[in-house]
Amino acid sequence: MLLGLTPSRRLLSHRHCLLQCRSIKSENTARSTTLDSVLSAFRSICGEDGVSLGEAVRQQHGKDESVHRCCPPDVVVFPRCVEEVSALAKVCNNHRLPIIPFGTGTGLEGGVSAVTGGVCFSLRNMDQVLDVHQEDFDVTVEPGVTRKALNAYLRDTGLWFPVDPGADASLCGMAATSASGTNAVRYGTMRENVLNLEVVLADGNIIHTAGKGRLHRKWSYLSFLSVSIFRKTSAGYNLTNLFVGSEGTLGIITKTTLRLYGIPEAVVSAVCSFPSVQAAVDSTVQILQAGVPIARIEFLDDVMIDACNRFSSLSYPVTPTLFLEFHGSERSLEEQVQTAEDITQSNGGSDFQWARDAETRNRLWKARHDAWYAALALRPGCKAYSTDVCVPLSRLPQIIVETKEDLIKNRLTGPIAGHVGDGNFHCLMVVDPNDPEEQRGVHLFTERLARRALAMDGTCTGEHGVGLGKRALLCEEMGPMAVGVMQRLKDTLDPKNLMNPGKVLQPREL
Amino acid sequence: MSGRVLVGVKRVIDYAVKIRVKPDKSSVVTDGVKHSMNPFCEIAVEEAVKMKEKKLIKEVVAVSCGPQQAQETIRTALAMGADRGIHVEVTGKDYETLGPLQISKIMAALAKKEEAQLIILGKQAIDDDCNQTGQMTAALLDWPQGTFASEVSLEGDKIKVVREVDGGLETIKINIPAVITADLRLNTPRYATLPNIMKAKKKKIANMKPADLGVDITSRLEVLRVDEPPQRQAGVKVETVEDLVSKLKEAGLV
Repeated sequence: MLLGLTPSRRLLSHRHCLLQCRSIKSENTARSTTLDSVLSAFRSICGEDGVSLGEAVRQQHGKDESVHRCCPPDVVVFPRCVEEVSALAKVCNNHRLPIIPFGTGTGLEGGVSAVTGGVCFSLRNMDQVLDVHQEDFDVTVEPGVTRKALNAYLRDTGLWFPVDPGADASLCGMAATSASGTNAVRYGTMRENVLNLEVVLADGNIIHTAGKGRLHRKWSYLSFLSVSIFRKTSAGYNLTNLFVGSEGTLGIITKTTLRLYGIPEAVVSAVCSFPSVQAAVDSTVQILQAGVPIARIEFLDDVMIDACNRFSSLSYPVTPTLFLEFHGSERSLEEQVQTAEDITQSNGGSDFQWARDAETRNRLWKARHDAWYAALALRPGCKAYSTDVCVPLSRLPQIIVETKEDLIKNRLTGPIAGHVGDGNFHCLMVVDPNDPEEQRGVHLFTERLARRALAMDGTCTGEHGVGLGKRALLCEEMGPMAVGVMQRLKDTLDPKNLMNPGKVLQPREL
Repeated sequence: MSGRVLVGVKRVIDYAVKIRVKPDKSSVVTDGVKHSMNPFCEIAVEEAVKMKEKKLIKEVVAVSCGPQQAQETIRTALAMGADRGIHVEVTGKDYETLGPLQISKIMAALAKKEEAQLIILGKQAIDDDCNQTGQMTAALLDWPQGTFASEVSLEGDKIKVVREVDGGLETIKINIPAVITADLRLNTPRYATLPNIMKAKKKKIANMKPADLGVDITSRLEVLRVDEPPQRQAGVKVETVEDLVSKLKEAGLV
């Protein structure tokens, strides 16, 4: 979930990151001689305009929308096609230069920080939408195509790509971080919706994780057999899902084939207030159990509602609130809304309002849309950072209650918004960037929160990825054996550790 | 009162495409480039369909002039809720020189033939930016016009139109029949959903040629040359205010 995040300057003191950034200077002198010799190779591949050493360009490509400080690469290259990416990768491989793929820079975990310098592959010039297959419900896109651009392109076809992380992110980037969004409860995350990837490996070889062009025409006859179109194959290891979520550490994604869905015929949005977190979550569970194909079900806690009331001059009751959205045909919507309303009422829900037309729907959901800004407005001059944990639905009330106690005890500002249908929630930590004590407090809180989630069989990152900041937590979550397998896979695909070093897996030496 | 509305829809290069000029500078590259309905035409169709849903009018007819591919644009209008389509076939050289004057003659002829009580068009097309077709059509028919409409309401046998003008908003009341041209804020066009696209395949599109309507489409305009905007030049950094002033003087800007 990303609600117009504004970057924060060095919010959390990540000692690893700081140390590594500082060590670039000493590494750089040794590397600068290497760099000069490769620059001419880069230029002959990408053209003169395709290579940049400009400080502003490097700074821009060394940070994303997280709180991690900017670690600029030594050079930024702009390949125009997969053959150029492959050639550049080979050069980097021969000279042992780190490779950092860059999409839109809208990540939230420092995934593009060049912690050991190197070459940033900015893929924005590869911006074609290829192969729209309307009857097969799939499309292939290059890394420069963003989520909104794709949906605008597809608008005449009656199809859309529903995974919506908030930001207008690169779709290949979303595949790399296994992004999710508010629609996941009905449409799934990237993991379920990426059908095939074209990946350039660290040695420059190009692979298609599900075979070249495979998942397109061959299976079209299946669309007559089932209403929900899905691609089937039993062929070999599931390479596609190995690369989804690999955050640029196993290869550079240069094409992704995505599953599309029909644009909903009609949309209804609703809001309902509850006397407690438990009541709100119970309603969510029961709505899902009743088989209502709810599209979005978002939770805002009382602190967040209060902030939204103040920010947008609204008058929601200041208690835990659910925001719901239903997609379907006119008739099925009536049934869905009725079922949902009955369930919420039986759980003590009140003030159930719903709307069909776009203007009223936007007004009903205004609180949810403005949540980020409302949180920021609680303390003007401060920056905000979003935590991201996910637990089984049954544990959600407990973790939210404990987290709120933690916030109050430590005097931290952290209104909560969550994709309650997935057990995923975010605390929007509003912090003074000039107060190191407070920043430390937030950092410790985040670690406690992640560990609390792990203790409840949850995950330390629901949607944002591991990136720089959650590597230790990944080890705790997965256990040494699983992380060991991950490390061996990494060593096999990238023996020189050139692909986005320092992310996901901890460096060996430590 | 026929309760019939004609909506003109134009097939143009999609707004998101990077336009390139042909090397011979005769026109822009259109081969293999994504085309879609002109965004202002989408707004026009949406307005007509909304009126039908409110039962203020009875039938929405989508009209497009051009080669075979214009039918795709008409199908999109049908998927948004238009009832039937009219494809006026114009191809080759004639299509290249097709402009507002020719279209407005065709629209006027169709309006008489179909006994339309309202014509809704987009205010302009994003490829030529002419902003002339609506006005010319009204003149040829001697009908009133409500252009740059950001709000339209039918009131009996008159229409109230709120127009977006440079100084703000102007509200006028005009008689029906009339020509309206849609501006950006008139509405938000709906997406075509799959079931509606399916239904649209069964709706009728009538074919005809300009000659069938007694319209002469010869153009009196000739495009001499098409150029790209000049490339942006790198800037120059100056160290002092004196430097800045002297550079501005050199460039003849002060």
